[in-house]
This record gives sequence, structure tokens and C-alpha cells, in this order.
Amino acid sequence: MSATEPMLKVEDLHAYYGKSHVLQGVDLEIMPGEVVALLGRNGVGRSTTAKAIMGEVAPQGRVTFKGQPISGMESHQIARLGLGYVPENRDIFPMMTVRENLILGIKNMRATGRWNIDDMLDMFPNLKTRADTLAGVLSGGEKQMLTICRTLMGDPDLVIIDEPTEGLAPKIVHQVGDLIATIAKAGVAILLVEQKLSIALRIADKVYVMGHGNIVYSGTPKEFLERDDVRREWLEV
Amino acid sequence: METILFSLLNGVIYGLLLFMLSSGLTLIFSMMGILNFAHASFYMLGAYFAFSFTQVTSFWFALIFAPILVGLLGALVERWGLRSVHQHGHVAELLFTFGLAYLIDEVVKIVWGKNAVDYRVPESLDFPLFELFGAQYPAYRMFILVVAVGMLVALWYLLKRTRIGLIIQAALTHPHMVGHLGHNVPRIFMAVFGAGCALAGLAGVIGGNYLVTDPAMAAFMGPIVFVVVVIGGLGSLEGAFIASLLLGLLQTFAISIDANFSDFLGWAGVTATSELGSISISSLAPMLPFLLLVLILIVKPTGLMGDREV
Repeated sequence: MSATEPMLKVEDLHAYYGKSHVLQGVDLEIMPGEVVALLGRNGVGRSTTAKAIMGEVAPQGRVTFKGQPISGMESHQIARLGLGYVPENRDIFPMMTVRENLILGIKNMRATGRWNIDDMLDMFPNLKTRADTLAGVLSGGEKQMLTICRTLMGDPDLVIIDEPTEGLAPKIVHQVGDLIATIAKAGVAILLVEQKLSIALRIADKVYVMGHGNIVYSGTPKEFLERDDVRREWLEV
Repeated sequence: METILFSLLNGVIYGLLLFMLSSGLTLIFSMMGILNFAHASFYMLGAYFAFSFTQVTSFWFALIFAPILVGLLGALVERWGLRSVHQHGHVAELLFTFGLAYLIDEVVKIVWGKNAVDYRVPESLDFPLFELFGAQYPAYRMFILVVAVGMLVALWYLLKRTRIGLIIQAALTHPHMVGHLGHNVPRIFMAVFGAGCALAGLAGVIGGNYLVTDPAMAAFMGPIVFVVVVIGGLGSLEGAFIASLLLGLLQTFAISIDANFSDFLGWAGVTATSELGSISISSLAPMLPFLLLVLILIVKPTGLMGDREV
């Protein structure tokens, strides 16, 4: 795969919940090292897009990662290709310590990736002081940090982060934004599924806006800021 | 005094044997959400494989290779049987293991016959270890204790102190997330199922000559192991351990009590020759696990340590 080819390419992606046709032909592309924000109101299919890419929801259409079709692959095979996933429900392992959660993120103990456990703990003082605390007692923001860090331990080339700031206090939202910016600086491509414009526009190279189960706008954050009509029609509540 | 001490030792040994069986069953339940009806059949296979191995090699060879063989068989059953049935739901899985139990029973009868086989304690362990209050205690029972404690420590170490143990524990509760972190969850499930069956096989190897090796041994042990898992709490290894020892001690002590109802109810006019008065306490022993099961389900349906209702 050359740097001019998309790392992740989604073409005409459809998905259903029962008879509800939730995704109705989503097309998007992410280049290596690119940060892409997927915006939209609640219920338009942002998280379902992430789930369909990861195989959590049965996808119809074509999803390729590093040139390989990944629809129908087992989740561990997708992860081992270098596609990391941080789900929206902050799925930490509550009965294990912070350190143990991070250890579980490592796919191959013999390989050296971009990050190790100490890097992760150094980056977030809150996690460092609580490295041997059970993850179940962490605050919502700390759990979110841990979920992202755990995925980074697997050294992914692209991470899909689903609604990382949902339900978090403004100060914590900013910290999560810093973390995502740090990941981006390390050259990891990111698909950020978000509702908050501030964090998305701060770090994204490209913005996609979803309407009724499909993409209704794409452009750079600068171009997007000039499109009041898109914001009014598809984002503002 | 000697009755209490010997009953205590025997109860702990029987309890640990029960734990060897129930630990595998409870791990498999945590993982798949189904009770494996064929679990005690793998215990029986362990005993029969060990018997056959001892005919041509030694007990020590059987001690290692019979559980491995049972474990491999269990892994094959998961990979080529249960995994295919899984998509049709829990009822289909339950019926599959039910059918498998009968299948193994019949295969055992065809291969080894309908009567008990002469699977004996190895000569090197067939001696009295010590004498207490004039009674001798067999070395083999202490050997069972050592193997069971060794298994317990190894299992605890594997699950709590190794990375693979962490992955197994996480896969039991969050299989999807573990898959997204790059771990092959179906292979973990197959390995846990195989390991659970191997533990049952190990219990068969060391229990088959201590108790009896016949085609009815699975049907005898199966219900008691289910009782252990339910009393301990579905999916809880700690609970299974406590319940195993509890039942082991309870049954052993009940058997050793040399008394009947008239001894306790004499004040109410119940005589030793009456129908009620002549019932011995030891005859109640086989009933006790099931009495406890019924009581637990009424009082605490999640079991001692579990968080899931039956």
C-alpha cells in the first residue's frame, strides 16, 4: 500500500437493525496518518458505521483495510491487520487493574510497538498513580483514557474511536482531545466518531458529516467552517 | 477423635476430587453460558484411558497422557461439534452435550464392557502412609490430595498471574472486546473447553482407582458436580471450590456417623425398631447434596459466590 492509497476505504456500506435500514450506502476514505472526524446528529448511523467496519454489525458493501477486504473477517484478524477499535461503551475489564488492562492490549509480547506500558502511564498521571487500582473504580474520563491507551498497546496503524467524550466534563473532554492529538502526532490514522464539533475541528484533517444513514458532506475543517448551511441542516439541534 | 480426623481428611480429598471436576465445568459455563452435560463423561474417559495405559505402560505415564488425551478429545468436540451447534442457541447446545454424554457411555460399554474394570492403585503408592489411633491411612489418598492441591495452585497461578490467564478471564466476560484487541477468542474457548475436560480426565485418572471405574461412574458423579456448580454459584471458581469442600466433608461425615434416628428422637418415643427410628444417618449421605441444592435455590438462587441466577 503506497502513501497515496487510502488505508481504509468504505464503499456503498449498508447495515440493518432488523428491518431498519440504518446505513444506506456510506462511502469514506482515510489516508495513512490522517485524522478523520465523522460527525452527525444522534441516530444518523455514526456509531453503526464504526460497528459495521469492525464487523460488530453485519455489513453489506465493501470495506478494505490496507488493500484487503475485511468484511466477514473475525475481529482478532482485523485487529492483527493493524485496525484498532475503541467502542463507545468504554469496555474496560473492571475486575482487573489498570496495568492488567494495558497488558491485555498487547497483541504480541515479543514485538516492540510505538508505545509501552510506561509510556502510557507517563502520558497520564491519573493512570500512573492508579496503575494497580481495579479499573472498575475509575471515573468515566479515566476509563475512556484507559480504553484508548489499551488499544494503543496493540500498536495499531488506524484507530476507530467511537464517541470518546460522551458524558464527560468539559475539562476531561479537553484531556481526551489532547490524548487523541498525541496519537495523531505519532503517525497513527484516526477515525473519530464524534458529536462535539470543538474536539473534531481541533484535530481533524478531514470532516465527514452523516445525514440519514449516508455521508452528506465531506471537506477539510476550514472548508467546513465556511459551510453554515451544512451545520444548520445536519448538525445543530 | 480418629473418626473426626479421618473423616476430615477423606472429606477434603473427596471435595478436591469434586473441585477437579467442577472447576472445568464452571469455566466452560462462564465461557459459553451452557452446562456441559457430558462433563462427567470426560471424567469417566480419563479413568478408562488410564486403565488401558496401565495395561501396557505405567500409572505415571497414564497420569500425564490420559488427561492430555481427554483434553484433546474435548477440544475436538468444541471445535467440530459445539462451535457449529452454537449458532442454533443454548437449547441446541444443551441437547448436544446431553446426546454426547449418552454416546460416550455407550462407547465405553462397547470398548471396555459393561462391568467394572480392574483399575488399581499403583503398587508404588499402595502402602499405609501413617498410623493414627491404631488405624492406617493409605498413601494413595495423600497422593490424591497432593495432585489436587498441585492442580489448584497451577490453575490459580495460570488464571491470576499469567497473561494468558488474564486473556482467558477477560474473554469469559468481554469476548467481543478481547477479539478487538487481537486475541483469537474462538481458539481461547477451544483451549478452555479442552483444559476443562483435561481436568475432568485427571480427576478420572486419580479417582477411578480410588472409587470404581465402571460405565455408571459418569452418571453417579455427574449430578453431584452439577450440584457443586449451582451451590457455588454459576461461573464462580471460588464458589465451586467452597461448595466442593462443603459437599465432600458433608457426605463423608454423614457416612461416618454410626447412629440412627432413634438415637436422636428417642425423647419423642421413636424406638430403634420402628420404621423411622431404624433409618441410619449414613443412609442419608447420598441425599444431602440434593437437599442442599434445593435449599440453596430457595434461599440464594445465585449460589454462594455467583452473580447469575440459575
